[in-house]
Amino acid sequence: MGSLILQQTINALTVGSIYALIALGYTMVYGVLRLINFAHSELFTAGAFIGLGLAGALGVTGHPMGGIIVGLITFVVIGLVGVSVEIVAYRPLRGTSRLAPMLSALGMAVVIQNAVMLIAGRRPQIYPSFLPSGIIDLFGAIITYKQITIFLVAVILMVGLELFVNRTNLGVRIRAVAENAETASLVGINPNMAISLIFFIGPGLGAVAGILYSSFYGVASFTMGFVIGMKAFTAAILGGIGSIPGAVLGGFLLGAIETFATAWMPVLTGGLIGTEYRDIFAFSVLVLILLFRPAGLLGEHVSEETMVYKSDF
Amino acid sequence: MTSDAPSLQPAAPLHIWRGALVLLLVPAAALVVGQFLPTYPLRILDMILLYAILGLGLNIVVGYAGLLDLGFVAFYAIGAYAYALLASGQFDIHLPFWLVLIIGSAAAGVAGVLLGIPVLRLRGDYLAIVTLGFGEIIRVLMNNLDGLTNGPQGIARIDEARIFGWTLTDPLDFLYLLVALLIVVFLFVWRVQESTLGTALSAVREDQDAARGCGIDTTRVKLVAFGLSATIGGAGGVIFAAMQRFVSPESFTFWESLVIVLVIVVGGLGNPFGALLGATILILIPELLRAYADYRLLLYGMALVVIILARPRGLISRDYGPRWLVRKLGGG
Repeated sequence: MGSLILQQTINALTVGSIYALIALGYTMVYGVLRLINFAHSELFTAGAFIGLGLAGALGVTGHPMGGIIVGLITFVVIGLVGVSVEIVAYRPLRGTSRLAPMLSALGMAVVIQNAVMLIAGRRPQIYPSFLPSGIIDLFGAIITYKQITIFLVAVILMVGLELFVNRTNLGVRIRAVAENAETASLVGINPNMAISLIFFIGPGLGAVAGILYSSFYGVASFTMGFVIGMKAFTAAILGGIGSIPGAVLGGFLLGAIETFATAWMPVLTGGLIGTEYRDIFAFSVLVLILLFRPAGLLGEHVSEETMVYKSDF
Repeated sequence: MTSDAPSLQPAAPLHIWRGALVLLLVPAAALVVGQFLPTYPLRILDMILLYAILGLGLNIVVGYAGLLDLGFVAFYAIGAYAYALLASGQFDIHLPFWLVLIIGSAAAGVAGVLLGIPVLRLRGDYLAIVTLGFGEIIRVLMNNLDGLTNGPQGIARIDEARIFGWTLTDPLDFLYLLVALLIVVFLFVWRVQESTLGTALSAVREDQDAARGCGIDTTRVKLVAFGLSATIGGAGGVIFAAMQRFVSPESFTFWESLVIVLVIVVGGLGNPFGALLGATILILIPELLRAYADYRLLLYGMALVVIILARPRGLISRDYGPRWLVRKLGGG
């Protein structure tokens, strides 16, 4: 029993790490532009496939050092794609309405998903593992090296992001623009620069999450982004959208809720609610959180202004 | 947006009738063209009309009340499954089509109000996300309640629609039905827009707090909008099920909700003509791109982005709706 709970905790941390990494991209973009970047989940998928392509091209499959190189290149490539997407599809619509950029983002999501499909094919592909293999037996629970690596990579990236945002000059600029773009531009900060930076970092992190996710499950398909993206977005809201620590907390929390609910619901309800309802848990959490605590766990009080489409329609 | 402010004087009845006659040209044209079309294009024409109806329904919530609903497909699905369950061999219930049309629309309308009660406290993006979540929950339920919905396999061999002895079999029959429903829904939606309710809805859209200050019961008004919109979605679903004679959860994905939102956004929010134009464009583009097979959706996505970049507020402005046409024709 104890080892079972320990095992599920470890599984929850693994899934949670991936949700948290993706959630960061949603939360950063939303914090600055108040835009749900629907293309983000597809950049996650694209990242996984670029990693796959690089692994083949560089011949570094199955080696941790190769994994680091592939991860770095993928981060930069998808980061640049993210920046271009913003410049092409979102920037011209800034200030028109809240709905237009969101639908443009949906259009971009379709474009990216199908571009991935055309290049990589319709069928799910077997994914090489960049992560070290091996297991540790901890009080009866089995921890794979893969799980440890995923958790460590996620933590390193999150700590790095936290330091970047809070301790560097560029980070201060990003926070200033997120706080108030107009005031920031008054003190000489170029909002476009800060926004581009966000669209570099967010998708970059998402792409690394894509590699970790596919390495863990050993498979990648061009449609895998949608549901994971929805869950990561749920995580971002759970923690308080716009808040970076919130996205991390939300990611791990959602991972835990999902893992434990999926494992225990069939037992508690006598098999009435089975594991096939896995996806419902995430969405139900989403609905409940929004109804009872729209600001999320760590979010600041959400002002009416951020939530209302004033003069949009 | 000021030009949209409804004037206090209603248009003279004469104008309305003259306008209505001109408006009838569109469905009349569809009927005439339909006589000469082969089956396949006829089916596309049917889909255009169906999506126009759905767009008109969703427009009440998104266009008039300014509430972004990304889970509209849930109501469409409720309608479709109502027909699939009540007129097929699934439980060996075979209710007549018109009865299920009423039951299905009503069920969807009730679902709309029930969803609306907790959800309408939210605004903007948050409302959008919760409705999206609701749509997904309904889809997952349809996928997993095997005993009721047959799960992912869906329900096949649904009864043919029969209305008082007239059996609807080919796409042309459905064209008549869809044209009739389109006219009813169009007139209804237009009258809603012109009514006190419509005025209240645009007040809620423009500034909810001010609307409340004017004595509008914003929650009630929004609930009515949600209910009406869901009812129309449900009716569309019943017809869809009768047309395909097969339903499965695959037809009711988030993508479907999106297409319907895009129908009204591309066409022009809050404008019934916009829904017609939007449905035509969004159904025709993928059909025209069919020759490009694998590239179809890629090009579709690009086309969407380009249209939105070029006309962020839609192709037809809110100001050029039925009211404008009636005025124009009446010389007023």
